[in-house]
Amino acid sequence: MLNEELKITIAEWLSSATFDESGEWLNINIEPQDWPILAKKLRNDENHVFDFLFCLTCVDWKTHLTMVYHLTSTKYRHNIVIKSKLNRDNPEIETVSDIWRTAEFHEREVYEMFGVNFINHPDLRLLILPDGWEGKNPMRKDFEDPINMIKL
Amino acid sequence: MFEEIGTTAEGDLVINMGPQHPATHGVLHLLITLNGETIKKVEPHLGYIHRSIEKMCESLTYRQFIYVTSRMDYLSAHINNHCCALCVEKGLQIEIPSRAQVIRILVDELTRIASHELWWGAMAMDLGAFTPFFYAFRERETINDIMEETSGARLTMNYIVPGGVMADIHPNFQKRVKSFIQLFKSKVDEYDELVTGNVIFQGRMKGVGVLSKEDAISYGCTGPAARGSGVNCDIRKLYPYEIYNTLEFDEILETAGDSFARYMVRIREMKQSIRIIEQLIDNIPEGDFQAKTKAVLKLPKGEFYQRVETARGELGVYIISEGGTTPYRIKFRSPGFSNLSALDHIARAGKIGDLVATMGTLDLVIPDIDR
Repeated sequence: MLNEELKITIAEWLSSATFDESGEWLNINIEPQDWPILAKKLRNDENHVFDFLFCLTCVDWKTHLTMVYHLTSTKYRHNIVIKSKLNRDNPEIETVSDIWRTAEFHEREVYEMFGVNFINHPDLRLLILPDGWEGKNPMRKDFEDPINMIKL
Repeated sequence: MFEEIGTTAEGDLVINMGPQHPATHGVLHLLITLNGETIKKVEPHLGYIHRSIEKMCESLTYRQFIYVTSRMDYLSAHINNHCCALCVEKGLQIEIPSRAQVIRILVDELTRIASHELWWGAMAMDLGAFTPFFYAFRERETINDIMEETSGARLTMNYIVPGGVMADIHPNFQKRVKSFIQLFKSKVDEYDELVTGNVIFQGRMKGVGVLSKEDAISYGCTGPAARGSGVNCDIRKLYPYEIYNTLEFDEILETAGDSFARYMVRIREMKQSIRIIEQLIDNIPEGDFQAKTKAVLKLPKGEFYQRVETARGELGVYIISEGGTTPYRIKFRSPGFSNLSALDHIARAGKIGDLVATMGTLDLVIPDIDR
């Protein structure tokens, strides 16, 4: 499906969404509170069926965090990227682990590395970091570890 | 986590598998809840070999970070390097010489065979057959020797770099690959005779650890683990890179979704890799093995995503560049991480004895999962 068609449908679903076509795929910027409804529509709509969440990650932009979801459809083979800005002090977004099961592990990774709180996540615990880890989230840009950090 | 071990209030037994269990092939720790012999829950605990490669890469230049990625999925080192090189080339918008493209595919496919061979030997060993391990290593050793001659390393090759390959192939490369292919063809049939047709082996594999097509997609499974369930997910076919679109090979699909299907996908994939190598080995174009690139690479501001098919599935490299010499953020979407997330779902309601077979056919490589 062409980006133009995708843009029209998504703008119908969510009028506040903004688009960016400078990259390889269509980027859609949304507000975090709109994500659960849009995610369900993307997954379940018969003409789109974005059933494969192939990458879920977070980026620390120093002023805010951005959640990045890469989606593809195994039926139609179109790709989109969903981005959502989060407040850096209290980052919160609804989980999508009930829609795409792969998100459960990926969200746990983002939770410990960036400190994003995924609302309604079934099992939001540390996955990679050792039990009892305290302090800052390692993948944030202001994280300093004087002992183990590799600086070149 | 260790105080959780013992008997729960419902009378279930909670036990550890790993991090030093021989069948986890690395430092993976599973906390298993059992009701008798039946698995109620499998909970992976990761991080024993976490090196925070993503964070490390943020302070390494585009030429340097490729060396770290060989240490992720160390059985597909070439393919990891390949993915990173492609992503950087996508950002730089450079064309690489056709000789380099062909060499890259040749070493990729040799790596795939080597990786599947190690998996085959190790998996048979998990199920109690020790001989296949030696058989597999005998042939894998030949590939390692070929790699060593050309790239100087046996495991972490760092041979594929942005712009092409590090050095030209060794003069013996073509001759040795051809004699290996000749030898290997008869060996695959020998593997089938030894293991695939074995009644005990089939009894332990068929109908065990079933993963449906919908679940495979939902859990983000890729590679042979998903193709065993009938999911079209071969990146070489779907989003061809280099010259894969000009080559003749089949995407292997099985529909049963059990351990045996995943096993058969890998065995048949080895034969497809041979097909690819045979098409290319006599047709390596003359010319440069590396494009002319600047000494210091600078990617323009933007985002670049590249995916390739490793021996385990879809590897994605996501680079966010701010225009400097180092990536602002880099994310590796590793196939093993997603495949592991499906383990709990697959193993539930199965027997503890079958868990090893299920895990074996998912082909988990722990450094790839932890990164």
